[in-house]
Amino acid sequence: MNQFFKIKDFSCGYPGKFTLEEINFEIKKGDFVGIIGPNGSGKTTLFKGISGELSALSGNSRLNGEFIQQMSLKQRAQNLAVVTQNIEVGSMTVEEYVLMGRIPYRKQFQFFETKKDIAIADKYMELTGVTALKDKFMNALSGGEQQLAGIARALTQEPELLLLDEPTSHLDITHQVQILNLIRRLSEQLGLTVLMIIHDLNLAGEYCDSLLMMQKGRIHKKGTPHEVLNYADIEAVYDTVVITRTNPVSGKPVVFLVSEKALKKV
Amino acid sequence: MPKKYLKWILFLVALFVLLLISIVISLSSGEVKISLAQLPEILSNKDSIEFTVLTKIRIPRLLLAISVGGALSLSGAILQGIYRNPLVEPYTLGISGGAALGVAIAIVFGFQAASYAVLPLFGFTGAIITLFIVYFLSIKKGGLSINSMLLIGVMVSFVASSAMMFLMSISTPDNLQSIVFWVMGSLDESNVLLIRIAFYSSIAGLFLAYFFAQTLNALRLGEMRAKHLGINTKVTIKLLFFVASLLTGIAVSVAGVIGFVGLVIPHLVRLIIGNDYRIIIGSSFLGGAIFLILSDTVARTIISPNELPIGVITGFVGGLVFIIVLSRSKSHFKLN
Repeated sequence: MNQFFKIKDFSCGYPGKFTLEEINFEIKKGDFVGIIGPNGSGKTTLFKGISGELSALSGNSRLNGEFIQQMSLKQRAQNLAVVTQNIEVGSMTVEEYVLMGRIPYRKQFQFFETKKDIAIADKYMELTGVTALKDKFMNALSGGEQQLAGIARALTQEPELLLLDEPTSHLDITHQVQILNLIRRLSEQLGLTVLMIIHDLNLAGEYCDSLLMMQKGRIHKKGTPHEVLNYADIEAVYDTVVITRTNPVSGKPVVFLVSEKALKKV
Repeated sequence: MPKKYLKWILFLVALFVLLLISIVISLSSGEVKISLAQLPEILSNKDSIEFTVLTKIRIPRLLLAISVGGALSLSGAILQGIYRNPLVEPYTLGISGGAALGVAIAIVFGFQAASYAVLPLFGFTGAIITLFIVYFLSIKKGGLSINSMLLIGVMVSFVASSAMMFLMSISTPDNLQSIVFWVMGSLDESNVLLIRIAFYSSIAGLFLAYFFAQTLNALRLGEMRAKHLGINTKVTIKLLFFVASLLTGIAVSVAGVIGFVGLVIPHLVRLIIGNDYRIIIGSSFLGGAIFLILSDTVARTIISPNELPIGVITGFVGGLVFIIVLSRSKSHFKLN
């Protein structure tokens, strides 16, 4: 059986300082997978390893059977799109920015965008709801709008795998839910596979099909939200007392934090 | 989208018209006044003094102004793209100083007697070495802040100028004068071969730069994100550094240190037409050419019959623009 995405005995990082060890997991096509774990547990390092920014120290990762490390940069950019946490792009319009997603498809001496490039950018601006903003400058947008433009740009790359680094950080709940609903919808509509770093355990549990919980450069636990988000594992990894329940509407796990004062009463 | 391209074309046409106007102004002003109406008559009469003035003095000087202005301005635009910072340019990064030091070494040790190509070669080498130092200190060591990068440039300039002071203090009066000429900057170059080299290599640099227009655009997102878009940033940044130092080295070796062209012109171009490198590259070159033609015309006429070093004029205008850029809001400080 040919797995869509498979990472095997993978290790990468900064030898002597911090490295990931024995990373093994698989993702099915169309899955929405969340990576959770405390600060410094290696989430971002894992992302850099998958996107090829850091080279593998051992093991390998395969997308559609092809080794990612052996792809050319261009090929990689056609298969993997990354949306980073902060999109600091100054005086560039949203449309210009989204069109940058076509760079991996540009021929050697191609100087102008083709009609196809523009049509694809238009399509994804429409899907992410930023069409109305297309002539605005990126630095004039709110954080949520910038994040949407970032997703539109990534989709314009027409990737097989979308990597999102905390798409909801610094956003209010309206925008958090808006963005995650959008990603969920896109993943279902386009059959897009999504791997997302996310801090908020409740959002992770609500939206993701499966979760990878990281600790000290290793995968502590992987599985469905219900399998991963239980008080024992969360306490072990985060060193924090929590209570877990089930969301009465969605049936997904919910994590409650408990204050020191309340704990003393128990 | 076609609207954008139309705007670009109009902008280029406007620049070409400005270039033509400044060419006419430059050719007609000076000790011997030549009006536009006289031109056809003069060009048909090869024995007149005016013909000699035009073909032997003003046209070569004009070509030099175009090549040096274009090269310095384009070099500035490229470096700003690499560093994502509107304040870097050959002069502020100390590259011009390094090139001038290379030229000074060639003069003091008498290498220029061997061939006229020696000075451009030494200028080029000086620029490359300085760029390498700046590159190593700023990029290899991992994203230094804008301020420390500019400081490195200023310090490199100081070191280069101290070394030049040293060379000047041990050199003969003849050599001393040649070195002073490089430090002040001047387009008073009579060697036709050097002018040709400068002209062709600046045009070559312009063509080379166009191969990187899209890469420079992707770099506006930052090095990491450009890499996510499939750009081999390591290799292309090195190549871009090479093009920038080629342009600077050539310009400095024929005209000495002319500061701030690479700062003023790309800045104005960005203000008017935006930050897309497909238009910035060409229009920076044209704008630099226009700026230097006009500056040179002022330099050689304002205290006539004497001549002002052109670096004085570009330095004056450029220094002011530098201060204005610096004191503007923070969001403009970062360039994407």
